[in-house]
Amino acid sequence: MLYRENGQFKTTYAADSQILPIRQDRIAMMLLLIAAFVVIPAVSSEYLLRAVLIPFLILSLAALGLNVLVGYCGQISLGSGAFMAVGAYVAYNCQARFEGMPLVVSLLAGGLGATVLGVAFGIPSLRIKGLYLAVATLAAQFFVDWACLRLKWVTNDSTSGSVSVAHLDLFGLPVESPQARYLLCLAIVVLFALITKNIVRGHIGRSWMAMRDMDVAAAVIGIRPVQAKLSAFAVSSFIIGVAGALWGFVHLGSWEPAAFGINRSFDLLFMVIIGGLGSISGAFFGAAFIVVLPLLLDKLPYWTGLPMDTATASHLALMIFGALIVFFLIKEPHGLARLWATAKEKLRLWPFPH
Amino acid sequence: MKTFIACAALAALQLFAAPAAVAQAKEQFFPLLVYRTGPYSPNGTPWANGKQDYIKLINARDGGVNGVKLTFEECETGYATDKGVECYERLKGKGASVFDPQATGITFALTDKVPGDKIPLITLGYGLSASADGGVFAWNFPLMGSYWTAADVLIQHLGKKEGGLDKLKGKKIALVYHDSPFGKEPIPLLDERSKMHGFELVKIPVTAPGVEQKSAWLQVRQARPDYVLLWGWGVMNSTALKEAQATGYPREKMYGVWWSGAEPDVKDVGEGAKGYNALNLNTSGQSPKVIQDILKFVHDKGQGTGPKDEVGSVLYTRGLVIQALAVEAVRRAQERFGKGKVMTGEQVRWGLENLALDDKKLAALGLTGVIRPISTSCFDHQGSTSVRVHTWDGKQWAFSSDWYQADEALLKPMVKAAADRYASEKKLTRRTSAECQS
Amino acid sequence: MGPFIETLIGGLMAGMLYSLIALGFVLIFKASGVFNFAQGAMVLFAALAMARLAEWLPRFTGLDGKLLVNVIAFAGALAVMVVVAWLVERLALSRLVNQEGITLLMATLGIAYLLEGAGQMLFGNDIYKIDIGLPKDPMFLFEKTFEGGILVSKEDLYAALIAAALVASLSLFFQKTATGRALRAVADDHQAAQSIGIPLSRIWVIVWSVAGFVALVAGMIWGSKLGVQFSLSLVALKALPVVILGGLTSVPGAIVGGLLIGVGEKLSEAYLGPALGGGIEYWFGYVLVLGVLLVRPQGLFGEKIIDRV
Repeated sequence: MLYRENGQFKTTYAADSQILPIRQDRIAMMLLLIAAFVVIPAVSSEYLLRAVLIPFLILSLAALGLNVLVGYCGQISLGSGAFMAVGAYVAYNCQARFEGMPLVVSLLAGGLGATVLGVAFGIPSLRIKGLYLAVATLAAQFFVDWACLRLKWVTNDSTSGSVSVAHLDLFGLPVESPQARYLLCLAIVVLFALITKNIVRGHIGRSWMAMRDMDVAAAVIGIRPVQAKLSAFAVSSFIIGVAGALWGFVHLGSWEPAAFGINRSFDLLFMVIIGGLGSISGAFFGAAFIVVLPLLLDKLPYWTGLPMDTATASHLALMIFGALIVFFLIKEPHGLARLWATAKEKLRLWPFPH
Repeated sequence: MKTFIACAALAALQLFAAPAAVAQAKEQFFPLLVYRTGPYSPNGTPWANGKQDYIKLINARDGGVNGVKLTFEECETGYATDKGVECYERLKGKGASVFDPQATGITFALTDKVPGDKIPLITLGYGLSASADGGVFAWNFPLMGSYWTAADVLIQHLGKKEGGLDKLKGKKIALVYHDSPFGKEPIPLLDERSKMHGFELVKIPVTAPGVEQKSAWLQVRQARPDYVLLWGWGVMNSTALKEAQATGYPREKMYGVWWSGAEPDVKDVGEGAKGYNALNLNTSGQSPKVIQDILKFVHDKGQGTGPKDEVGSVLYTRGLVIQALAVEAVRRAQERFGKGKVMTGEQVRWGLENLALDDKKLAALGLTGVIRPISTSCFDHQGSTSVRVHTWDGKQWAFSSDWYQADEALLKPMVKAAADRYASEKKLTRRTSAECQS
Repeated sequence: MGPFIETLIGGLMAGMLYSLIALGFVLIFKASGVFNFAQGAMVLFAALAMARLAEWLPRFTGLDGKLLVNVIAFAGALAVMVVVAWLVERLALSRLVNQEGITLLMATLGIAYLLEGAGQMLFGNDIYKIDIGLPKDPMFLFEKTFEGGILVSKEDLYAALIAAALVASLSLFFQKTATGRALRAVADDHQAAQSIGIPLSRIWVIVWSVAGFVALVAGMIWGSKLGVQFSLSLVALKALPVVILGGLTSVPGAIVGGLLIGVGEKLSEAYLGPALGGGIEYWFGYVLVLGVLLVRPQGLFGEKIIDRV
């Protein structure tokens, strides 16, 4: 009854091809943005901002990048932790070696560094497919893990191998308080989500989806596999690299290579699959699931009132996490984004059944 | 499906609720970051049990610190930096006044956050070696030793074995280390010593978590070093000893850091680890008075955290010592800021900088023989570098050396240089004596 | 020359141990097309079950005699793995039929977390001992020809022999028995196999049970070498390149791949490692596999991937 497009006529091509054609969607998005930019920083506690929302935003950015590669282009990659690591370390080197380097430039440089690595490790995808490619990308993961520990110039000759960033500031304004950090991450995430949405709606995105569905047929009709696959790797690793730089700079502040290990790669892949392959909102749903769920599960055993030591609670949390993943994959293999889309479809008819 | 979503939404709302109210008046809250799961849990669990049991002892035997009861909450980090940061953020709002991260990686991440939150970090025997310099690292306390003091003492001991540090010339010493900041920390000091005395240092990294070490030990066999220094943690230690046995490297020539010389590392290997030596910052065994008190007041009343036969083991005692020093810092802070009051992080920091535990005070705590006297100051956050070597005889550990002290003449300039470098990177200024009095 | 031969032999034996784990992957992929990321967790779960049963049996039943206790513990752990296989098939796999490869992959990762959590909760997360009487000390061959002799680890030698025996018996099982033929039929074409009356769900339970058995043997040997603790599941990450190198569908491929990766890793660590600072073993195997895949995208012995438009 409320969610219908009756009476909304488009009179220009631009209006017809906008991202949110239904007016109710536009209003909802506006409200969401206002809530995110204005309401949340004002009412949230420091714990919520620092430990829940900032990791959620940064990981949803990384999941967005991975979704481009896995969801839109169909190339399974298990090396996303490595791209985050490269982004973080390149950004760190920019910040540490050049006095007075602006934060934004360092972050973008991190992204570019990850792009170079991404394209290099994307070249095998021209020949290797499917699960074989997944394991081949693990080579990137372990190689970068080793390089960050062994190559001294990566950590700017730090004796311990751990690096940390000093005070962050954005064009002179300090980015120290949780609210400032949250807003920085939110701005970057919104910007990248918008850009990515437009890329996937354009001809590049369509070439990716063609490669995903049937790459031989796509090549037959004139889509160049090299361009499509490498551009997917490039865009994906750029986004993941920026996310990695944010993770190191804004969330951790000081990190060692183990922070970007294989568990991070698996987490990102989970986010993409559970959130929904091939959808921008899916990255956010997946990130929310993976970031918030463990925090709830850690507390869950204590709500039952039974005395429990932390080890048992952690094991229970791990078991429930695994079970929920399997449950979700059984119930809705296309992810939370599909659930959401189905809900919206039902809303269009509400209150009528069909 | 709908009920599931409703439940999930209700659960999520819990997160939005503000964190639990600050600790009630008259209760000193201790956050306990622990890892009881993952590849490092065999060593992390006794450490965590020692900390908890000591808090229970102080409450049961003494009624708290000058009437202020101690409370605690454990948070599982699994040795992962981001979980450690999350635990820190969650627990700091509950009135936390001191943290023991139990992991070098988490220490690095928290070192950046604690100056803003004004909560001290106790990193007894681990963390950044440079943080002994309290002028730069105002909130870090590597009490009783760091990796540089450990490496220094090991070289002193090897020199003593050879009949003099000059006899080390031409010898080969291999360092089998955990490939992480924790394992790489001693390398600068070992390089310095190798230049001074003319021995060759062979560095053999073991990829974390150190489950498969065959190549590392084949390399050791081919290099044929005179001594092997083991710098591992968790499962890496027992695997290293098993591989040493499988490649026939004499265990008597192996020397581990104080994190590589505890029961979980050698129990499994048993006779195969006979002769293995390691540093130990504290005693082990059930004879010290504080251990007896814990058995009496905590375990006999059924309040023990872990199994009874774990009480008094090396890492259990070390956790106990860490908690004891934290409680003593609170007591010292109360002497200045108000007996019977709850202490804040800043006040506990003052307490940590003014620890003066002599033999008499140690005896009162029941710690005679467990550790040596320790006294800290504003600029010296280490307090003591006394450590001994103990050896595994197949069934238990026994001390096999006298007390050593780290060579201050060598270490002080290195620590200062590293601290200065950190200060210039982070744009900090050194503290002055005036600032120490707060 | 001596060190080279030593490293070579060490590599060959390490490779056999990797292929023990790789076999589990290959078996499940061959029969059901699922890449079982939970294999590492299964190795851990099986090893934990056996280690703890071997510890509890003497305590609660007073049984003595190492051989008897170990055999009963082995049988008990095997029963546990069969139950796990049945549960996995019933609750997860049967509901995920016909899903894409990546969905199944993620489901097995979820099962891996479930098994790791359950194993540690039921059996504990300390380091436990499996003592099947394998000798721990090394033997030195040819001490006259080479200085110091060639080091051969007796434990690894026994392990390699057990692995070879396992592979031989599995090959016999697949070739000669009716169930083995049914498994091969299912691996070839699910629908055709169903149409001639082969019960698909029962075959999958059998496959996962056999994979569980392989995981138990692997867990027993690795556990005897390293001690049974959570980090045992991470050894599976070292076996992944073996699976890919040999080809996902080939049992002899798993052996050949294992030997190649084992030798490659150890030789690279010994001769290339010092130049690069050491610790390269972990990624060298993967890079080696990457190189081979560029030439043969389906691995050495895998089935050629045919894309139909």
